[in-house]
Amino acid sequence: MTSVTTDVAAPDARKAGKFVYVTAVVLLCAWVLVPIYFLLINTLSSPDTVNSFPKPFWPEFDLGSLTFFAGFAGMLTALKNSILVAGMTMIMSIVIGAPAGYALSRFDFRGKELFRLLILLTRAFPLPLLALPLAVMFIQTGLDDTVFGLALVHTTLAIPFAVLITFSLFSGIPIELEEAAWTLGCTRLTAFTKVVLPLILPGITASAIFAFVISWNEVFAAAVLTIENRTLTAFLLQNLDTSPLHLKFAGGFILVVPALIFIFAVRKYLFAMWGIANR
Amino acid sequence: MAEIQIKNVAKTFGAYQALHDINLTIQDQEFMVLLGASGCGKTTLLRIVAGLETATTGEVWIGGRRIDHLPPKDRGIAMVFQNYAVFPHLTVFENIGFGLRMQKLPNDEVKRRVERTAELMHIEQLLKRYSGELSGGQRQRVAVARALAMEPDVILMDEPLSNLDALLRMEMRAELKGVLAESNTTAIYVTHDQVEAMSMADRISVMHQGKIVQAASPIEVYRNPAAEFVAGFIGNPPMNFLPATPSGNGKWTVGGQDMNGPVSSETLKFAIRPEDLRPSETGLKATAKVVEPLGAHLLVTCDVEGALFRAVLDSDMTVKPGDVLTLAPQTDRVRWFNPETTLAVA
Repeated sequence: MTSVTTDVAAPDARKAGKFVYVTAVVLLCAWVLVPIYFLLINTLSSPDTVNSFPKPFWPEFDLGSLTFFAGFAGMLTALKNSILVAGMTMIMSIVIGAPAGYALSRFDFRGKELFRLLILLTRAFPLPLLALPLAVMFIQTGLDDTVFGLALVHTTLAIPFAVLITFSLFSGIPIELEEAAWTLGCTRLTAFTKVVLPLILPGITASAIFAFVISWNEVFAAAVLTIENRTLTAFLLQNLDTSPLHLKFAGGFILVVPALIFIFAVRKYLFAMWGIANR
Repeated sequence: MAEIQIKNVAKTFGAYQALHDINLTIQDQEFMVLLGASGCGKTTLLRIVAGLETATTGEVWIGGRRIDHLPPKDRGIAMVFQNYAVFPHLTVFENIGFGLRMQKLPNDEVKRRVERTAELMHIEQLLKRYSGELSGGQRQRVAVARALAMEPDVILMDEPLSNLDALLRMEMRAELKGVLAESNTTAIYVTHDQVEAMSMADRISVMHQGKIVQAASPIEVYRNPAAEFVAGFIGNPPMNFLPATPSGNGKWTVGGQDMNGPVSSETLKFAIRPEDLRPSETGLKATAKVVEPLGAHLLVTCDVEGALFRAVLDSDMTVKPGDVLTLAPQTDRVRWFNPETTLAVA
């Protein structure tokens, strides 16, 4: 008798569990997707539709707002600055972060755990607290309002991720592969370039793109530390405040889309960062 | 000529002493097996010879040249790893040719040597594949071929067969032995598998707690274990031990029976291999506890005056648990050990 009751009860519990699971997934997806959906609709609508209610389900594909932005004074310079800063951030965070990731994964040294913790803690330190001293220091050194100066700040923001992602990538490569290369005639350096580098190149690319996105999205430091050479985020923040609603939407749209595409492209490596197996 | 000399090598990891003052000479073209349980230091010793680990003290010489300060690539060695370490981003051809390319050999020479070693290891049809498309056994062959293609003076192998299944292991064992004998290289082979050690080695170094307990030919290690550890480690089932009390003038009482043995007044341990026991009129009285018919023979686990005692008997015998057997040890196969030093007594 008991076996029969459990047989009946088990599917019920499983069904309930599945229901909770599906609901949670739907809610989470909606949380992310609904705002993006409205952003899309409003960007591709004429100013009248943006201010009306209810919204149409399908966008009208009115490119008015976007064309306006393309011709907006300073817009292209800001875009160029954004790409420059993000590009520099990308290169610097990998050049500095990847060796740290390699050291963490391959060597035992005193304070290794503390070092890992400190890397994470840099992210816990609020940027606004740093903004004033940084601005003062930058003005003293002449780094203020330069693309390179801002890239330095963005690099410090991106490095923790670069270290953690590359640490996980290097750890995924058995040390024996390097050792085998050493016994086959490689130095430490050639073993790295001939064996390790080809294997982690996709991951390094992903980590670089992630650094690019961090810089692309960053607005606070960009707004504080630049005046003439504004990045796109800082530029839009400054100008959208006073813009009509449909332009705000369009501005938001141009900021969100590249970041979304990049993150989507490198998503499996971001899982790797938190130690979830991706292979 | 590639004689390997290991002189006074010791290794400590922090407070842990992994190797104590190791001295070992391996002849040119000798097949030396380092045998021991995990954690005995055998892999550490191999890695010190390879240059992947630095000895805390001591020297390593290969072919009359001191090499312990050189990086792995300048030692004239090639190594086969336990997990094969086949490069996943290269084809089998490029894997085998990796070391040759590093030496900047011309293309046709690389091709010639890769194809020859691939043929030797029977993987010539796999040259275009990647390691992800290979089975464990095939990867193992690639790893060995890659080492052989270097035509090294010394080939080092770290448990190369331990990740293969039993049947494949037996096949590879014989093949590897043949290939290495032909290649005229000196080989150090690390394993915890005594069957591999016995069947492949010219000489076995049995290691225990960071020391070499005995270095001798397989049959010597089997017949004349230098210490209790070796006697208990080699042989399946291992040697039997019984306490022996002296009754004077080389006479001993073992398991309630009189035996002849070495002249000594101390208490010793009597040792005999399970297969060196014969049912007889006189001998040790053993009560059978478990009877395991293994096909080729009968393994009987018995009790002799409270001590565990195993006998390998003819499979035609009928023995039931509870039977009392009278087992006579083959006198020339009996060994004696000093329980304090654990060393063999002549």
